[in-house]
Amino acid sequence: MTMAEMLALGMSKNEQPIETSWDVERVRADFPVLRQTVNGKPLVYLDNAASSQVPQVVIDRGSRYLQEEHSNIHRGVHYLSQRATSAYDGAREKVRRFINARESKECIFVRGCTEGINLVMHGYGRKFVGEGDEIIISEMEHHSNIVPWQMLCEEKGARLRVIPMDDAGELLLDEYDALLNERTKLVAVMHISNSLGTINPLKEIISRAHKMGVPVLIDGAQGAPHLKVDVQDLDCDFYIMSGHKMFAPTGSGVVYGKAEWLERMNPFMGGGDMIRTVTFEKTTYAGLPNKFEAGTPAIAAQIGLGAAIDYLEGLDREEAHRYEQELLRYATEKLSAIESVRLIGTAREKASVLAFVIEGVHPHDVGTILDYEGVAIRAGHHCAQPVMQHFKVPATSRASFAFYNTKEEVDIFVRAVEQVVEVLG
Amino acid sequence: MSALTELYNEQIKEHEKKPRNFGKLETANRVAEGRNPVCGDHFTVYLQYEDDVIKDIRFEGEGCAISKASASMMTRSVKGKNKADAEQLFSEFHQMVLGELDEETTPNQLGYLKVFAGVRNFPVRVKCASLSWHTMHAALEGEETTSTEDFGPDIASSQISA
Ligand SMILES: Cc1ncc(COP(=O)(O)O)c(C=O)c1O
Repeated sequence: MTMAEMLALGMSKNEQPIETSWDVERVRADFPVLRQTVNGKPLVYLDNAASSQVPQVVIDRGSRYLQEEHSNIHRGVHYLSQRATSAYDGAREKVRRFINARESKECIFVRGCTEGINLVMHGYGRKFVGEGDEIIISEMEHHSNIVPWQMLCEEKGARLRVIPMDDAGELLLDEYDALLNERTKLVAVMHISNSLGTINPLKEIISRAHKMGVPVLIDGAQGAPHLKVDVQDLDCDFYIMSGHKMFAPTGSGVVYGKAEWLERMNPFMGGGDMIRTVTFEKTTYAGLPNKFEAGTPAIAAQIGLGAAIDYLEGLDREEAHRYEQELLRYATEKLSAIESVRLIGTAREKASVLAFVIEGVHPHDVGTILDYEGVAIRAGHHCAQPVMQHFKVPATSRASFAFYNTKEEVDIFVRAVEQVVEVLG
Repeated sequence: MSALTELYNEQIKEHEKKPRNFGKLETANRVAEGRNPVCGDHFTVYLQYEDDVIKDIRFEGEGCAISKASASMMTRSVKGKNKADAEQLFSEFHQMVLGELDEETTPNQLGYLKVFAGVRNFPVRVKCASLSWHTMHAALEGEETTSTEDFGPDIASSQISA
Protein backbone atom coordinates (compact mmCIF):
# COMPACT_ATOMS: atom_id res chain seq x y z
CA MET A 1 0.00 0.00 0.00
CA THR A 2 1.33 3.42 -0.83
CA MET A 3 1.19 6.31 1.58
CA ALA A 4 -1.43 8.02 -0.62
CA GLU A 5 -3.62 4.90 -0.60
CA MET A 6 -3.35 4.68 3.15
CA LEU A 7 -4.29 8.25 3.66
CA ALA A 8 -7.22 7.67 1.33
CA LEU A 9 -8.36 4.84 3.64
CA GLY A 10 -8.20 7.21 6.55
CA MET A 11 -5.20 5.53 8.16
CA SER A 12 -2.89 7.76 10.05
CA LYS A 13 0.83 7.55 9.60
CA ASN A 14 1.52 5.45 12.63
CA GLU A 15 -1.18 2.98 11.72
CA GLN A 16 0.59 2.14 8.52
CA PRO A 17 1.46 -1.53 8.22
CA ILE A 18 5.14 -2.01 8.80
CA GLU A 19 6.83 -3.71 5.89
CA THR A 20 8.58 -6.86 7.00
CA SER A 21 10.32 -9.55 5.06
CA TRP A 22 10.02 -11.94 7.97
CA ASP A 23 9.50 -15.54 6.87
CA VAL A 24 7.24 -16.60 9.70
CA GLU A 25 6.43 -20.04 8.30
CA ARG A 26 10.09 -20.94 8.16
CA VAL A 27 10.67 -19.79 11.75
CA ARG A 28 7.52 -21.50 12.98
CA ALA A 29 8.75 -24.80 11.63
CA ASP A 30 11.59 -24.63 14.16
CA PHE A 31 9.12 -24.95 17.07
CA PRO A 32 7.67 -28.46 17.35
CA VAL A 33 5.25 -27.57 20.17
CA LEU A 34 3.28 -25.36 17.82
CA ARG A 35 2.32 -28.32 15.63
CA GLN A 36 -0.56 -29.60 17.69
CA THR A 37 -4.26 -29.28 18.15
CA VAL A 38 -6.23 -28.39 21.28
CA ASN A 39 -9.86 -29.49 21.43
CA GLY A 40 -9.51 -30.42 17.78
CA LYS A 41 -8.36 -26.91 16.85
CA PRO A 42 -4.87 -25.77 15.94
CA LEU A 43 -2.99 -24.49 18.96
CA VAL A 44 -2.66 -20.71 18.91
CA TYR A 45 -0.01 -19.96 21.51
CA LEU A 46 -0.26 -16.38 22.74
CA ASP A 47 1.18 -16.78 26.22
CA ASN A 48 4.76 -16.03 25.32
CA ALA A 49 5.25 -13.49 28.09
CA ALA A 50 4.68 -16.29 30.61
CA SER A 51 6.92 -18.80 28.84
CA SER A 52 8.04 -18.83 25.24
CA GLN A 53 8.42 -22.03 23.25
CA VAL A 54 11.64 -23.90 22.60
CA PRO A 55 13.07 -24.48 19.11
CA GLN A 56 14.20 -27.94 17.99
CA VAL A 57 17.90 -26.98 18.08
CA VAL A 58 17.62 -26.17 21.79
CA ILE A 59 15.79 -29.43 22.49
CA ASP A 60 18.47 -31.31 20.56
CA ARG A 61 21.25 -29.60 22.43
CA GLY A 62 19.67 -30.52 25.77
CA SER A 63 19.21 -34.12 24.82
CA ARG A 64 22.75 -34.33 23.41
CA TYR A 65 24.01 -33.16 26.80
CA LEU A 66 21.94 -35.82 28.57
CA GLN A 67 22.96 -38.55 26.14
CA GLU A 68 26.64 -37.77 25.75
CA GLU A 69 27.93 -35.31 28.32
CA HIS A 70 25.92 -35.52 31.54
CA SER A 71 28.13 -35.29 34.61
CA ASN A 72 29.02 -32.75 37.27
CA ILE A 73 30.96 -29.65 36.33
CA HIS A 74 34.09 -28.06 37.77
CA ARG A 75 34.67 -31.15 39.92
CA GLY A 76 36.07 -33.98 37.90
CA VAL A 77 39.22 -34.53 35.95
CA HIS A 78 37.49 -37.14 33.85
CA TYR A 79 36.45 -36.81 30.25
CA LEU A 80 32.71 -36.32 30.74
CA SER A 81 33.13 -33.72 33.44
CA GLN A 82 35.43 -31.76 31.21
CA ARG A 83 32.96 -31.88 28.35
CA ALA A 84 30.10 -30.78 30.60
CA THR A 85 32.23 -28.02 32.10
CA SER A 86 33.27 -26.67 28.74
CA ALA A 87 29.67 -26.73 27.47
CA TYR A 88 28.47 -24.93 30.61
CA ASP A 89 31.21 -22.30 30.54
CA GLY A 90 30.68 -22.02 26.79
CA ALA A 91 27.06 -21.09 27.45
CA ARG A 92 28.26 -18.36 29.78
CA GLU A 93 30.48 -16.93 27.07
CA LYS A 94 27.49 -16.94 24.70
CA VAL A 95 25.49 -15.00 27.26
CA ARG A 96 28.35 -12.51 27.57
CA ARG A 97 28.38 -11.85 23.85
CA PHE A 98 24.60 -11.74 23.66
CA ILE A 99 24.34 -8.87 26.15
CA ASN A 100 27.79 -7.43 25.44
CA ALA A 101 29.13 -7.78 28.98
CA ARG A 102 32.80 -6.98 29.42
CA GLU A 103 33.69 -10.34 30.93
CA SER A 104 31.91 -13.66 31.16
CA LYS A 105 32.49 -13.78 34.91
CA GLU A 106 29.98 -10.93 35.16
CA CYS A 107 27.29 -13.37 34.00
CA ILE A 108 26.05 -15.45 36.92
CA PHE A 109 23.83 -18.43 36.17
CA VAL A 110 20.66 -18.63 38.26
CA ARG A 111 17.40 -20.54 37.86
CA GLY A 112 15.52 -17.51 36.63
CA CYS A 113 14.69 -13.90 37.17
CA THR A 114 13.13 -14.37 40.61
CA GLU A 115 16.21 -16.10 41.93
CA GLY A 116 18.37 -13.47 40.25
CA ILE A 117 16.64 -10.54 41.94
CA ASN A 118 16.83 -12.34 45.27
CA LEU A 119 20.53 -12.85 44.69
CA VAL A 120 21.02 -9.11 44.35
CA MET A 121 18.76 -8.45 47.32
CA HIS A 122 20.88 -10.70 49.54
CA GLY A 123 24.26 -9.92 48.02
CA TYR A 124 23.92 -6.19 47.52
CA GLY A 125 20.92 -5.22 49.62
CA ARG A 126 21.81 -6.89 52.89
CA LYS A 127 25.31 -5.50 52.67
CA PHE A 128 24.77 -1.96 51.46
CA VAL A 129 21.26 -0.99 52.57
CA GLY A 130 20.73 0.21 56.13
CA GLU A 131 18.20 1.92 58.34
CA GLY A 132 16.64 5.00 56.80
CA ASP A 133 17.93 4.14 53.32
CA GLU A 134 15.59 4.01 50.35
CA ILE A 135 15.03 1.72 47.40
CA ILE A 136 13.11 2.92 44.37
CA ILE A 137 10.97 0.56 42.31
CA SER A 138 8.04 1.35 40.01
CA GLU A 139 4.31 0.94 40.10
CA MET A 140 4.35 -1.52 37.21
CA GLU A 141 6.80 -4.04 38.70
CA HIS A 142 6.27 -7.78 38.75
CA HIS A 143 5.93 -9.16 42.29
CA SER A 144 9.41 -10.60 41.93
CA ASN A 145 10.81 -7.07 41.82
CA ILE A 146 8.65 -5.87 44.71
CA VAL A 147 8.57 -8.55 47.36
CA PRO A 148 12.35 -9.11 47.79
CA TRP A 149 12.84 -5.36 48.31
CA GLN A 150 9.95 -5.21 50.73
CA MET A 151 11.52 -8.04 52.72
CA LEU A 152 14.82 -6.19 52.75
CA CYS A 153 13.21 -2.92 53.84
CA GLU A 154 11.42 -4.69 56.64
CA GLU A 155 14.62 -6.30 57.84
CA LYS A 156 16.72 -3.14 57.64
CA GLY A 157 14.22 -0.45 58.50
CA ALA A 158 14.65 0.96 55.01
CA ARG A 159 11.93 2.53 52.89
CA LEU A 160 10.45 1.42 49.57
CA ARG A 161 9.60 4.27 47.19
CA VAL A 162 7.50 3.78 44.08
CA ILE A 163 7.67 5.64 40.75
CA PRO A 164 4.04 6.13 39.72
CA MET A 165 2.71 5.65 36.20
CA ASP A 166 -0.01 7.32 34.17
CA ASP A 167 -3.13 5.70 32.74
CA ALA A 168 -1.38 4.75 29.52
CA GLY A 169 1.10 2.75 31.58
CA GLU A 170 4.09 5.08 31.25
CA LEU A 171 6.32 5.91 34.20
CA LEU A 172 6.24 9.51 35.40
CA LEU A 173 9.88 10.49 35.20
CA ASP A 174 9.38 13.82 36.95
CA GLU A 175 8.10 11.91 39.94
CA TYR A 176 11.12 9.68 39.67
CA ASP A 177 13.41 12.70 39.88
CA ALA A 178 11.58 13.80 42.99
CA LEU A 179 12.14 10.42 44.63
CA LEU A 180 15.89 10.21 43.99
CA ASN A 181 17.90 11.53 46.90
CA GLU A 182 21.02 10.92 48.94
CA ARG A 183 19.32 8.12 50.90
CA THR A 184 18.54 6.15 47.71
CA LYS A 185 20.61 2.97 47.63
CA LEU A 186 19.17 1.23 44.59
CA VAL A 187 16.77 1.74 41.70
CA ALA A 188 15.12 -1.51 40.53
CA VAL A 189 12.83 -1.30 37.50
CA MET A 190 11.68 -3.51 34.68
CA HIS A 191 12.79 -3.20 31.06
CA ILE A 192 9.45 -4.20 29.57
CA SER A 193 6.24 -4.60 31.56
CA ASN A 194 4.78 -8.11 31.44
CA SER A 195 1.31 -6.82 32.29
CA LEU A 196 1.18 -3.70 30.07
CA GLY A 197 3.82 -4.11 27.41
CA THR A 198 5.41 -0.73 28.20
CA ILE A 199 9.05 -0.40 27.14
CA ASN A 200 10.66 1.78 29.78
CA PRO A 201 13.20 4.50 28.89
CA LEU A 202 16.09 2.70 30.57
CA LYS A 203 18.90 4.99 29.55
CA GLU A 204 17.10 7.95 31.00
CA ILE A 205 16.29 6.09 34.22
CA ILE A 206 19.83 4.81 34.59
CA SER A 207 21.64 8.04 33.86
CA ARG A 208 19.50 10.01 36.32
CA ALA A 209 20.29 7.48 39.07
CA HIS A 210 23.99 7.46 38.22
CA LYS A 211 24.10 11.22 38.55
CA MET A 212 23.23 10.61 42.19
CA GLY A 213 25.70 7.73 42.43
CA VAL A 214 22.90 5.16 42.73
CA PRO A 215 23.21 1.74 41.06
CA VAL A 216 20.35 0.42 38.90
CA LEU A 217 18.97 -3.09 38.57
CA ILE A 218 16.96 -3.95 35.47
CA ASP A 219 14.43 -6.78 35.54
CA GLY A 220 15.03 -7.94 31.99
CA ALA A 221 12.66 -10.93 32.05
CA GLN A 222 10.59 -9.41 29.23
CA GLY A 223 13.33 -7.26 27.72
CA ALA A 224 15.77 -9.91 26.56
CA PRO A 225 13.20 -11.88 24.49
CA HIS A 226 12.10 -8.82 22.51
CA LEU A 227 14.99 -6.38 22.26
CA LYS A 228 18.70 -6.41 21.65
CA VAL A 229 20.33 -5.79 25.03
CA ASP A 230 23.71 -4.12 25.39
CA VAL A 231 24.53 -3.82 29.08
CA GLN A 232 27.56 -1.61 28.48
CA ASP A 233 25.62 0.78 26.35
CA LEU A 234 22.78 0.88 28.91
CA ASP A 235 25.35 1.13 31.68
CA CYS A 236 23.03 -0.73 34.07
CA ASP A 237 24.61 -2.24 37.16
CA PHE A 238 22.51 -5.42 37.08
CA TYR A 239 20.42 -6.98 34.32
CA ILE A 240 18.40 -10.10 35.15
CA MET A 241 16.95 -12.64 32.71
CA SER A 242 14.84 -15.82 32.68
CA GLY A 243 15.75 -18.41 30.06
CA HIS A 244 12.25 -19.82 29.75
CA LYS A 245 10.97 -16.52 28.39
CA MET A 246 13.72 -16.43 25.76
CA PHE A 247 13.23 -19.76 24.01
CA ALA A 248 15.30 -21.82 26.48
CA PRO A 249 14.22 -24.37 29.11
CA THR A 250 12.98 -23.51 32.60
CA GLY A 251 15.69 -23.48 35.24
CA SER A 252 18.00 -21.28 33.19
CA GLY A 253 18.63 -17.62 33.86
CA VAL A 254 21.27 -14.98 34.29
CA VAL A 255 22.27 -12.20 36.63
CA TYR A 256 24.53 -9.80 34.82
CA GLY A 257 26.30 -7.57 37.30
CA LYS A 258 29.20 -5.19 36.96
CA ALA A 259 32.27 -6.94 38.34
CA GLU A 260 32.98 -4.04 40.68
CA TRP A 261 29.64 -4.67 42.42
CA LEU A 262 29.72 -8.45 42.30
CA GLU A 263 33.14 -8.48 43.89
CA ARG A 264 32.05 -6.31 46.79
CA MET A 265 28.75 -8.10 47.37
CA ASN A 266 28.01 -10.85 49.87
CA PRO A 267 27.59 -14.32 48.42
CA PHE A 268 24.02 -15.55 48.00
CA MET A 269 23.82 -19.20 48.97
CA GLY A 270 26.55 -21.00 50.82
CA GLY A 271 27.77 -24.45 49.83
CA GLY A 272 29.96 -26.33 47.43
CA ASP A 273 31.67 -24.65 44.47
CA MET A 274 31.43 -21.14 45.90
CA ILE A 275 34.40 -21.47 48.23
CA ARG A 276 38.14 -21.20 48.02
CA THR A 277 38.99 -22.79 51.38
CA VAL A 278 36.82 -24.04 54.21
CA THR A 279 37.80 -24.68 57.82
CA PHE A 280 35.44 -24.68 60.77
CA GLU A 281 36.83 -21.33 61.77
CA LYS A 282 36.57 -19.54 58.44
CA THR A 283 35.64 -19.86 54.82
CA THR A 284 37.05 -17.81 52.00
CA TYR A 285 34.93 -17.43 48.94
CA ALA A 286 35.67 -18.27 45.36
CA GLY A 287 36.07 -15.56 42.74
CA LEU A 288 33.46 -14.65 40.16
CA PRO A 289 31.28 -16.19 38.93
CA ASN A 290 31.59 -19.20 41.26
CA LYS A 291 31.07 -17.11 44.39
CA PHE A 292 27.41 -16.86 43.40
CA GLU A 293 26.90 -20.38 42.09
CA ALA A 294 26.72 -22.64 45.13
CA GLY A 295 25.87 -26.26 44.49
CA THR A 296 25.31 -28.13 41.27
CA PRO A 297 23.52 -25.81 38.87
CA ALA A 298 20.91 -26.58 36.19
CA ILE A 299 23.62 -27.61 33.73
CA ALA A 300 21.37 -28.92 30.95
CA ALA A 301 19.11 -25.86 31.17
CA GLN A 302 21.97 -23.37 30.99
CA ILE A 303 23.53 -25.20 28.06
CA GLY A 304 20.06 -24.96 26.49
CA LEU A 305 20.11 -21.22 27.10
CA GLY A 306 23.40 -21.04 25.23
CA ALA A 307 21.79 -22.89 22.31
CA ALA A 308 18.77 -20.56 22.41
CA ILE A 309 21.13 -17.60 22.16
CA ASP A 310 22.81 -19.19 19.15
CA TYR A 311 19.37 -19.63 17.64
CA LEU A 312 18.38 -16.02 18.28
CA GLU A 313 21.63 -14.74 16.86
CA GLY A 314 21.01 -16.76 13.74
CA LEU A 315 17.83 -14.73 13.18
CA ASP A 316 17.63 -11.16 12.01
CA ARG A 317 16.57 -9.75 15.36
CA GLU A 318 15.71 -6.31 14.07
CA GLU A 319 13.46 -7.86 11.50
CA ALA A 320 11.95 -10.08 14.21
CA HIS A 321 11.23 -6.99 16.28
CA ARG A 322 9.65 -5.18 13.35
CA TYR A 323 7.50 -8.23 12.68
CA GLU A 324 6.35 -8.42 16.32
CA GLN A 325 5.51 -4.73 16.19
CA GLU A 326 3.42 -5.34 13.10
CA LEU A 327 1.56 -8.20 14.86
CA LEU A 328 0.94 -5.91 17.82
CA ARG A 329 -0.35 -3.11 15.62
CA TYR A 330 -2.65 -5.49 13.74
CA ALA A 331 -3.98 -7.14 16.90
CA THR A 332 -4.47 -3.82 18.68
CA GLU A 333 -6.48 -2.44 15.79
CA LYS A 334 -8.68 -5.52 15.48
CA LEU A 335 -9.27 -5.94 19.19
CA SER A 336 -10.10 -2.32 19.84
CA ALA A 337 -12.77 -2.53 17.15
CA ILE A 338 -14.80 -4.73 19.52
CA GLU A 339 -17.05 -2.38 21.42
CA SER A 340 -16.93 -3.82 24.94
CA VAL A 341 -13.15 -4.30 24.91
CA ARG A 342 -10.92 -1.93 26.86
CA LEU A 343 -7.16 -2.13 26.38
CA ILE A 344 -4.99 -1.99 29.49
CA GLY A 345 -1.59 -0.56 28.62
CA THR A 346 -1.41 1.93 25.77
CA ALA A 347 2.09 3.33 26.14
CA ARG A 348 3.69 4.88 23.07
CA GLU A 349 6.58 2.41 23.21
CA LYS A 350 5.26 -1.10 23.63
CA ALA A 351 6.42 -4.66 23.12
CA SER A 352 4.02 -7.24 21.69
CA VAL A 353 1.91 -7.63 24.82
CA LEU A 354 -1.79 -6.89 24.55
CA ALA A 355 -3.77 -6.81 27.79
CA PHE A 356 -7.49 -6.11 27.86
CA VAL A 357 -10.72 -6.44 29.76
CA ILE A 358 -14.20 -7.08 28.40
CA GLU A 359 -16.98 -5.18 30.08
CA GLY A 360 -18.97 -7.44 32.37
CA VAL A 361 -16.88 -10.52 31.71
CA HIS A 362 -14.28 -11.87 34.09
CA PRO A 363 -10.88 -12.60 32.50
CA HIS A 364 -10.95 -16.19 33.68
CA ASP A 365 -14.07 -16.84 31.70
CA VAL A 366 -12.36 -15.21 28.71
CA GLY A 367 -9.41 -17.56 29.20
CA THR A 368 -11.65 -20.63 29.35
CA ILE A 369 -13.55 -19.76 26.19
CA LEU A 370 -10.37 -18.92 24.29
CA ASP A 371 -8.76 -22.15 25.44
CA TYR A 372 -11.78 -24.01 24.13
CA GLU A 373 -10.98 -22.46 20.75
CA GLY A 374 -7.36 -23.56 21.04
CA VAL A 375 -6.11 -20.08 21.92
CA ALA A 376 -3.71 -19.92 24.89
CA ILE A 377 -3.67 -16.57 26.67
CA ARG A 378 -3.09 -15.62 30.28
CA ALA A 379 -5.89 -14.43 32.53
CA GLY A 380 -5.20 -13.08 35.98
CA HIS A 381 -3.21 -10.44 37.76
CA HIS A 382 0.06 -11.35 36.01
CA CYS A 383 1.96 -11.14 39.30
CA ALA A 384 1.41 -7.39 39.20
CA GLN A 385 -1.43 -6.70 41.62
CA PRO A 386 -0.47 -3.02 42.00
CA VAL A 387 -1.00 -2.63 38.24
CA MET A 388 -4.47 -4.13 38.57
CA GLN A 389 -5.17 -1.71 41.43
CA HIS A 390 -4.03 1.22 39.30
CA PHE A 391 -6.47 0.32 36.53
CA LYS A 392 -9.17 -0.70 39.06
CA VAL A 393 -9.65 -4.16 37.60
CA PRO A 394 -9.37 -7.45 39.48
CA ALA A 395 -7.52 -9.06 36.60
CA THR A 396 -6.94 -8.78 32.86
CA SER A 397 -6.66 -11.07 29.87
CA ARG A 398 -3.34 -10.90 28.07
CA ALA A 399 -2.23 -12.04 24.65
CA SER A 400 1.52 -11.87 24.13
CA PHE A 401 3.07 -12.49 20.74
CA ALA A 402 6.38 -13.93 19.66
CA PHE A 403 8.01 -13.80 16.24
CA TYR A 404 6.56 -17.22 15.38
CA ASN A 405 2.95 -16.07 15.70
CA THR A 406 1.01 -15.21 12.55
CA LYS A 407 -1.66 -12.76 11.47
CA GLU A 408 -3.98 -15.72 10.92
CA GLU A 409 -3.52 -16.54 14.60
CA VAL A 410 -4.40 -12.98 15.51
CA ASP A 411 -7.60 -13.40 13.46
CA ILE A 412 -8.48 -16.62 15.31
CA PHE A 413 -7.80 -14.89 18.63
CA VAL A 414 -10.00 -11.92 17.77
CA ARG A 415 -12.82 -14.16 16.55
CA ALA A 416 -12.63 -16.06 19.83
CA VAL A 417 -12.89 -12.81 21.78
CA GLU A 418 -15.96 -11.93 19.72
CA GLN A 419 -17.39 -15.29 20.70
CA VAL A 420 -16.81 -14.47 24.37
CA VAL A 421 -18.86 -11.33 23.93
CA GLU A 422 -21.62 -13.40 22.28
CA VAL A 423 -21.66 -16.08 24.99
CA LEU A 424 -21.22 -13.90 28.07
CA GLY A 425 -21.34 -10.24 27.14
CA MET B 1 -24.77 -28.44 23.16
CA SER B 2 -21.06 -27.80 23.27
CA ALA B 3 -19.01 -28.20 26.42
CA LEU B 4 -18.81 -24.43 26.45
CA THR B 5 -22.55 -23.76 26.41
CA GLU B 6 -23.00 -26.57 28.94
CA LEU B 7 -20.56 -24.74 31.22
CA TYR B 8 -21.95 -21.28 30.65
CA ASN B 9 -25.59 -22.34 30.72
CA GLU B 10 -28.48 -19.93 31.18
CA GLN B 11 -28.92 -20.55 34.90
CA ILE B 12 -25.25 -19.91 35.64
CA LYS B 13 -25.25 -16.74 33.56
CA GLU B 14 -28.42 -15.55 35.24
CA HIS B 15 -27.01 -16.09 38.74
CA GLU B 16 -23.79 -14.36 37.76
CA LYS B 17 -25.65 -11.29 36.57
CA LYS B 18 -28.10 -11.29 39.49
CA PRO B 19 -26.50 -13.04 42.42
CA ARG B 20 -28.88 -14.03 45.25
CA ASN B 21 -28.20 -13.23 48.90
CA PHE B 22 -25.46 -10.84 47.86
CA GLY B 23 -24.15 -8.39 50.46
CA LYS B 24 -23.26 -8.32 54.09
CA LEU B 25 -25.33 -10.19 56.68
CA GLU B 26 -25.66 -8.04 59.80
CA THR B 27 -26.86 -10.91 61.99
CA ALA B 28 -23.95 -13.19 61.08
CA ASN B 29 -22.14 -15.00 63.86
CA ARG B 30 -19.74 -16.90 61.59
CA VAL B 31 -17.80 -15.12 58.84
CA ALA B 32 -15.05 -16.47 56.62
CA GLU B 33 -13.17 -15.08 53.66
CA GLY B 34 -12.02 -17.39 50.88
CA ARG B 35 -9.37 -16.45 48.37
CA ASN B 36 -7.90 -17.87 45.24
CA PRO B 37 -4.50 -16.19 45.16
CA VAL B 38 -3.84 -17.47 41.65
CA CYS B 39 -6.62 -15.43 40.09
CA GLY B 40 -7.49 -12.98 42.84
CA ASP B 41 -11.06 -14.20 43.31
CA HIS B 42 -12.28 -13.59 46.83
CA PHE B 43 -15.58 -14.09 48.61
CA THR B 44 -16.77 -13.50 52.13
CA VAL B 45 -19.45 -15.87 53.38
CA TYR B 46 -21.65 -14.74 56.29
CA LEU B 47 -23.56 -17.31 58.31
CA GLN B 48 -26.14 -16.95 60.97
CA TYR B 49 -25.63 -20.40 62.42
CA GLU B 50 -27.75 -21.23 65.46
CA ASP B 51 -28.86 -24.49 67.06
CA ASP B 52 -26.97 -26.38 64.35
CA VAL B 53 -28.99 -24.69 61.60
CA ILE B 54 -27.87 -22.23 58.94
CA LYS B 55 -30.66 -19.75 59.67
CA ASP B 56 -29.36 -17.24 57.15
CA ILE B 57 -26.47 -16.90 54.72
CA ARG B 58 -25.17 -14.14 52.47
CA PHE B 59 -21.97 -13.51 50.53
CA GLU B 60 -19.95 -10.69 48.99
CA GLY B 61 -16.83 -10.44 46.89
CA GLU B 62 -15.77 -10.79 43.31
CA GLY B 63 -14.76 -13.46 40.93
CA CYS B 64 -15.45 -15.09 37.60
CA ALA B 65 -18.87 -16.17 36.34
CA ILE B 66 -18.43 -19.70 37.64
CA SER B 67 -17.33 -18.73 41.14
CA LYS B 68 -19.95 -16.03 41.53
CA ALA B 69 -22.86 -18.12 40.25
CA SER B 70 -21.70 -20.98 42.43
CA ALA B 71 -21.67 -18.77 45.53
CA SER B 72 -25.12 -17.47 44.68
CA MET B 73 -26.65 -20.91 44.20
CA MET B 74 -24.88 -22.27 47.25
CA THR B 75 -26.50 -19.69 49.49
CA ARG B 76 -29.89 -20.80 48.25
CA SER B 77 -29.25 -24.47 48.67
CA VAL B 78 -27.77 -24.52 52.19
CA LYS B 79 -30.08 -22.02 53.84
CA GLY B 80 -32.09 -23.84 56.50
CA LYS B 81 -29.85 -26.91 56.50
CA ASN B 82 -27.99 -28.29 59.48
CA LYS B 83 -24.22 -28.62 59.35
CA ALA B 84 -24.14 -32.32 58.44
CA ASP B 85 -26.55 -31.84 55.54
CA ALA B 86 -24.71 -28.77 54.25
CA GLU B 87 -21.40 -30.65 54.36
CA GLN B 88 -22.97 -33.63 52.63
CA LEU B 89 -24.20 -31.36 49.85
CA PHE B 90 -20.73 -29.83 49.52
CA SER B 91 -19.24 -33.28 49.22
CA GLU B 92 -21.68 -34.29 46.47
CA PHE B 93 -21.15 -30.99 44.65
CA HIS B 94 -17.39 -31.36 44.83
CA GLN B 95 -17.48 -34.91 43.55
CA MET B 96 -19.76 -33.89 40.71
CA VAL B 97 -17.53 -31.06 39.47
CA LEU B 98 -14.49 -33.33 39.73
CA GLY B 99 -16.32 -35.86 37.56
CA GLU B 100 -16.32 -38.45 40.33
CA LEU B 101 -20.06 -38.56 40.82
CA ASP B 102 -22.57 -39.06 38.03
CA GLU B 103 -25.45 -36.92 39.18
CA GLU B 104 -27.87 -38.74 36.86
CA THR B 105 -27.22 -42.28 38.08
CA THR B 106 -26.10 -41.89 41.71
CA PRO B 107 -28.77 -40.79 44.21
CA ASN B 108 -28.00 -37.30 45.52
CA GLN B 109 -29.48 -34.11 46.94
CA LEU B 110 -27.94 -31.80 44.34
CA GLY B 111 -31.18 -30.61 42.75
CA TYR B 112 -30.61 -27.43 40.71
CA LEU B 113 -26.89 -27.48 41.60
CA LYS B 114 -26.64 -29.98 38.76
CA VAL B 115 -26.29 -27.02 36.40
CA PHE B 116 -22.61 -27.04 37.46
CA ALA B 117 -22.02 -30.53 36.06
CA GLY B 118 -20.35 -28.99 33.00
CA VAL B 119 -17.43 -27.83 35.13
CA ARG B 120 -16.09 -31.39 35.02
CA ASN B 121 -14.98 -30.78 31.41
CA PHE B 122 -12.83 -27.85 32.57
CA PRO B 123 -10.60 -29.19 35.37
CA VAL B 124 -8.88 -25.83 35.93
CA ARG B 125 -12.24 -24.32 36.83
CA VAL B 126 -13.03 -26.76 39.66
CA LYS B 127 -11.45 -24.36 42.14
CA CYS B 128 -13.71 -21.56 40.91
CA ALA B 129 -16.83 -23.63 41.40
CA SER B 130 -15.81 -24.84 44.84
CA LEU B 131 -14.30 -21.64 46.33
CA SER B 132 -17.48 -20.44 48.04
CA TRP B 133 -18.25 -23.94 49.32
CA HIS B 134 -14.84 -24.22 50.92
CA THR B 135 -15.42 -20.80 52.43
CA MET B 136 -18.80 -21.80 53.84
CA HIS B 137 -17.15 -24.90 55.28
CA ALA B 138 -14.47 -22.73 56.91
CA ALA B 139 -17.15 -20.50 58.42
CA LEU B 140 -18.98 -23.52 59.84
CA GLU B 141 -15.72 -24.68 61.37
CA GLY B 142 -15.26 -21.26 62.95
CA GLU B 143 -12.26 -20.34 60.76
CA GLU B 144 -11.95 -16.83 59.45
CA THR B 145 -10.01 -17.36 56.26
CA THR B 146 -9.34 -20.05 53.75
CA SER B 147 -7.41 -20.21 50.51
CA THR B 148 -7.55 -22.47 47.48
CA GLU B 149 -3.96 -23.46 48.18
CA ASP B 150 -5.20 -25.24 51.27
CA PHE B 151 -7.84 -27.27 49.44
CA GLY B 152 -5.42 -29.79 48.00
CA PRO B 153 -5.04 -30.31 44.28
CA ASP B 154 -8.79 -30.32 43.45
CA ILE B 155 -7.95 -32.73 40.66
CA ALA B 156 -9.78 -35.97 40.01
CA SER B 157 -7.39 -38.88 40.46
CA SER B 158 -8.16 -39.95 36.89
CA GLN B 159 -6.75 -36.66 35.59
CA ILE B 160 -3.27 -36.93 37.02
CA SER B 161 -1.15 -37.78 34.02
CA ALA B 162 1.84 -40.05 33.91
C1 LIG C 1 8.77 -8.80 34.23
C2 LIG C 1 8.99 -10.09 34.96
N1 LIG C 1 9.84 -10.13 35.97
C3 LIG C 1 10.10 -11.27 36.63
C4 LIG C 1 9.49 -12.45 36.29
C5 LIG C 1 9.79 -13.67 37.07
O1 LIG C 1 10.46 -14.61 36.29
P1 LIG C 1 10.61 -16.11 36.76
O2 LIG C 1 9.23 -16.57 37.13
O3 LIG C 1 11.14 -16.81 35.56
O4 LIG C 1 11.55 -16.15 37.90
C6 LIG C 1 8.58 -12.44 35.23
C7 LIG C 1 7.89 -13.66 34.81
O5 LIG C 1 6.85 -14.05 35.21
C8 LIG C 1 8.33 -11.23 34.55
O6 LIG C 1 7.46 -11.18 33.53
